[in-house]
Amino acid sequence: MFPVEFEYEAPTTVEEAIRLLAESGGEAKILAGGHSLLPMLKLRLAQPPLVIDIGRIAGLSGVSEQDGGLRIGATTTETAIQDSELVQRLCPLLSETAAHIGDQQVRNRGTIGGTLAHGDPAADMTAAVLAAGGSVTVQGPNGERTIPADDLFLDMMTTALEPDEVLTSVWVQTEGPRTGSAYEKFANAASGYAIAGVASVITLAADGTVARARIAITGVGSKATRASGVEAALQGKRADDQTIAAAAEHAVEGVDLIGDLHADESYREHLAKVIARRSIQRAVGRAATKS
Amino acid sequence: MDIVSTLRVNRTERPFTADTRTTLLDALREQLDLTGTKKGCDQGACGACTVLLDGKRVLSCLSLAAQCEGREVTTIEGLARDGKLHPVQAAFIRHDGFQCGYCTPGQIMSAVALLKEGRAGSDEEIREFMSGNLCRCGAYPNIVAAIREVARLGSESQ
Ligand code: FES
Ligand code: FES
Repeated sequence: MFPVEFEYEAPTTVEEAIRLLAESGGEAKILAGGHSLLPMLKLRLAQPPLVIDIGRIAGLSGVSEQDGGLRIGATTTETAIQDSELVQRLCPLLSETAAHIGDQQVRNRGTIGGTLAHGDPAADMTAAVLAAGGSVTVQGPNGERTIPADDLFLDMMTTALEPDEVLTSVWVQTEGPRTGSAYEKFANAASGYAIAGVASVITLAADGTVARARIAITGVGSKATRASGVEAALQGKRADDQTIAAAAEHAVEGVDLIGDLHADESYREHLAKVIARRSIQRAVGRAATKS
Repeated sequence: MDIVSTLRVNRTERPFTADTRTTLLDALREQLDLTGTKKGCDQGACGACTVLLDGKRVLSCLSLAAQCEGREVTTIEGLARDGKLHPVQAAFIRHDGFQCGYCTPGQIMSAVALLKEGRAGSDEEIREFMSGNLCRCGAYPNIVAAIREVARLGSESQ
């Protein structure tokens, strides 16, 4: 299992990385943790002439507070997110989700920017960033732009990033008062990837009804997506078990379901509903205990 | 394309020349004659190739050697000091934490890191945080027993 030959560059600035990308006509691949790219190179599913390692660019990793949310550098590892005190306190959904990814060795190398730019339809962090009202900042030859997570995932392994753009950071909303979150997943026992994963962020009004629900689902379709049918069915309602169960029935509305040897379409649909119910129940429980 | 690079492995500078495509695993085994680190799946699924990179456990089959230049790599060969086995190595022998032994270097490197991470609070936690290391011989109960013992001895000696 050897990749096709490639050149290797390890620039020390984002500008240099963008220049290299542009020179390759967008054919080069960005290497962060490499835990999606290296397997793809070895299987020759990707055959870039040049691999640009962004691991040596200073300032691309780390977590800080910014604009009522958290800014997370693209090369921040999943372990760093899992263990970050700031993330645990202000956006616990992300640390909980990080803990579900692969295993400790994978989390020590895999990065948040990598997983979002790769757009694997069964990734975990994609759903979490969608539910957390997130966005990504990308930089290209014409400067910087922000892409809301809602517009980021286009199709299987296809994102709104242009071939000459580098994802530099991720931003997610802080979970405010009376807000609870949860990531629930039914994992493939061998790979750990989500067969169905649901991230929920729920804010309760003072009277206990749902003031805001952001629900995102991964693993079941060609891309991670908001479950807007579920959100609408919760909005303004008292979040009792019956309402949650009824809302969860909308889990795969608008999703173009995938079936594979691990789970066919109808089984995935069933799992999605069960996992959605559990995810929302836990998020609501947490919101109710958080002043 | 060849790269000329230096890895710092087990406290020693090791220069080597290899193709850009060379993984850390292949550099260790093929270029530097450190064959203790094993290749199981070569695609990030089994943990046989686990080594420490700057003290953190990583899969050497999913890291390019070029990415590791200037960083500290510790392999199974670097654990024993002055001819004395690392406590985790000794515990694996005491508890029979292997059968064929193929997964063992990876298991031990992972366990060494796990203990440092403070993830040996319970058998359940040990199992969860060793989940990246597969053992086709099914030595799991003895592996957990070995790690549990080192964790207990460690906390007693503090
Ligand atoms: S050989 Fe690296 S994980 Fe299997
Ligand atoms: S001892 Fe044989 S695979 Fe683990």
